[in-house]
Amino acid sequence: MNARPSCLSISGLTAILPNGSRVLRSVSLDVKPGEVHALVGESGAGKSMIGKALLGVLPPSVRQVEGSIALEGTELETLGAAARRRLIGARTALIPQDPLTALNPSRRIGPQMSDRLTHILGWPAERARNRIREMLAEVHIREPDRVIAAYPHELSGGMRQRVLIAAAFAAEPRLIVADEPTTALDVTVQKQILRLIADLQRQHGTAILFVTHDLGVVAKISQSVTVLYAGMVVERAPTPALFATPQHAYTRALMAATPRYTDPASSLQPVGSAVLAELALEVQNADNEWKRAHG
Amino acid sequence: MILQKFLLRLITMAVTLFGVAVVVFIVIRVAPGDPIAMMLPPGAGPEDIARLRALYGLDKSLPHQFLIWLGGVVQGDFGTSISLRQDVLSLVLGRLPATLELATVALLIALIIGGPLAVIGARERGTAVEAGIDVAGGAALSIPDFLWGLVLILLFGVLAPIFEISGRVSPSLDLPFSTQFYLVESILRLRFDLTADLLSHMFMPALALALPLAAIITLLLKQSLKEVMDLDYVVLARVKGFSETQVILREALKNAALPTLTLIGVQFTFLIGGTVIVERLFSYEGLGNMAIDAVINRDLPLIQGIVLVFALIFVLINLAVDLSYALLNPRLRHG
Ligand SMILES: Nc1ncnc2c1ncn2[C@@H]1O[C@H](COP(=O)(O)OP(=O)(O)OP(=O)(O)O)[C@@H](O)[C@H]1O
Ligand SMILES: [Mg+2]
Repeated sequence: MNARPSCLSISGLTAILPNGSRVLRSVSLDVKPGEVHALVGESGAGKSMIGKALLGVLPPSVRQVEGSIALEGTELETLGAAARRRLIGARTALIPQDPLTALNPSRRIGPQMSDRLTHILGWPAERARNRIREMLAEVHIREPDRVIAAYPHELSGGMRQRVLIAAAFAAEPRLIVADEPTTALDVTVQKQILRLIADLQRQHGTAILFVTHDLGVVAKISQSVTVLYAGMVVERAPTPALFATPQHAYTRALMAATPRYTDPASSLQPVGSAVLAELALEVQNADNEWKRAHG
Repeated sequence: MILQKFLLRLITMAVTLFGVAVVVFIVIRVAPGDPIAMMLPPGAGPEDIARLRALYGLDKSLPHQFLIWLGGVVQGDFGTSISLRQDVLSLVLGRLPATLELATVALLIALIIGGPLAVIGARERGTAVEAGIDVAGGAALSIPDFLWGLVLILLFGVLAPIFEISGRVSPSLDLPFSTQFYLVESILRLRFDLTADLLSHMFMPALALALPLAAIITLLLKQSLKEVMDLDYVVLARVKGFSETQVILREALKNAALPTLTLIGVQFTFLIGGTVIVERLFSYEGLGNMAIDAVINRDLPLIQGIVLVFALIFVLINLAVDLSYALLNPRLRHG
């Protein structure tokens, strides 16, 4: 019904481990241009795996066996490895979970921020430098020169995450995967970083696939949601609709476990056993169906 | 703070060298064989022996001999070679450049072979290519340098005589050099004909010395690279659009090189130790070859001088490794 192609369109995405078990069970989801799409689910649900699959960085032990991923209408599968890499490099970016490990300890911040611009997008060094300074100002870093010349260990965790956020937005990507970008940070810094991402997202009009296990964050930042359980999509809805009329018992259980959606510090409580039994049955059915279809 | 570290380092080095001096001094005097007996013509009388012993100071007690020798060493006087009747220091310094050039070329060959193979192996991890590299590395490692020397002599000296098999430089050539660093000088003087001749002589001994080290560099660096390849910042570089090779060279190599570097330092000292036999094998006129002659002739002052120079080289290599380690690791540099 929408004429504009989705920013990201995943359909039937299935990934398996070497032992044949599925980590992603026919996942489909759509991210519209400029929207924040939240991906919620408990630990191990496969949230990061979806992000890695679309960014082309699945771990070697995980194999995508089915499904398609399209970036702004371009099927990644139709591209050769190099073209695919360039497309992902130009159109997407990643804000990682842990800013401590996501920066190379032996390289200065400046080059780490600008190398995509200069080496992949072919910007002249001068233009890339100016862009990096602009972006550092946008993430409220007051001493850009010091930060550009610094090594990662000379910056605090919050500062590093600001640097990574600035770098992610620098090339004006269409889609950013933010994989629990605040969980590794101090509680006091989490709110600031969340607000920063939301502000930049609005100003730049960038679509974000926002991975989180926190419904409070979902309510605050996203326009639509996909709820994931054991690599399976449980529910998919616009955010207001999800909170107003949750369809699946699992979603309702998650909400019951998070009394105040607005408190990002609250975390999930265990889900009731009746709901878990229902989920197990659904996973079982999905697996049986998949086995039937694939011999 | 840094000055303190530096002083401590100097003291450690001095103590190490002193220890080596003591051990060598004692060992070669306790070992069987009398240098004087080997110098004398048949039929020399006991008074001749006594006279020569006194001349070389061998009639005094061990501690006394040591003090005399040490006193000289401190002033730059390493004594006189018994067999060659020349100043030990100038003999050693005359041969040292040949060995340093050989060892350096060997190290470069090891890096040129090992570095790219490690990168290729890491890029092709889990494939037949990596398995092949592992097998080749294991083979290169399990054959010692002098056996490689024999293999190379068979291959490139006998079967396909491409390279010079013996000596440091063709004797027919006119050498315009003013130092013993022939290779360096030939390059500086743009006499590339001489460079080619020197390298042709150097190639086989250097390759023999390099192969085991190349294998170690390949296997260890590949392993370190593979460990780095799954870290977050490497994954982030892939998302930026860099190819696997670019990712290895730009993000992984520097951090993965640190553990390899330490090992190269240790292994390089082994490589220099290996020059003793390999130089002999190829009649290469370096310090190692001279060391064997010195031992055969029980030339005590010369042995001491050579060993001390080797020890000094080892200590300096360790220092260089530590310095480059600090240079590669910003955390160490600032902390
Ligand atoms: N490198 C890997 N090799 C094999 N299996 C993996 C690998 N990484 C993750 N998995 C498995 O894949 C499943 C999904 O993992 P994923 O990291 O996507 O979870 P997640 O939803 O992001 O969880 P979290 O909230 O803890 O980050 C998990 O069951 C996990 O054990
Ligand atoms: Mg995750």
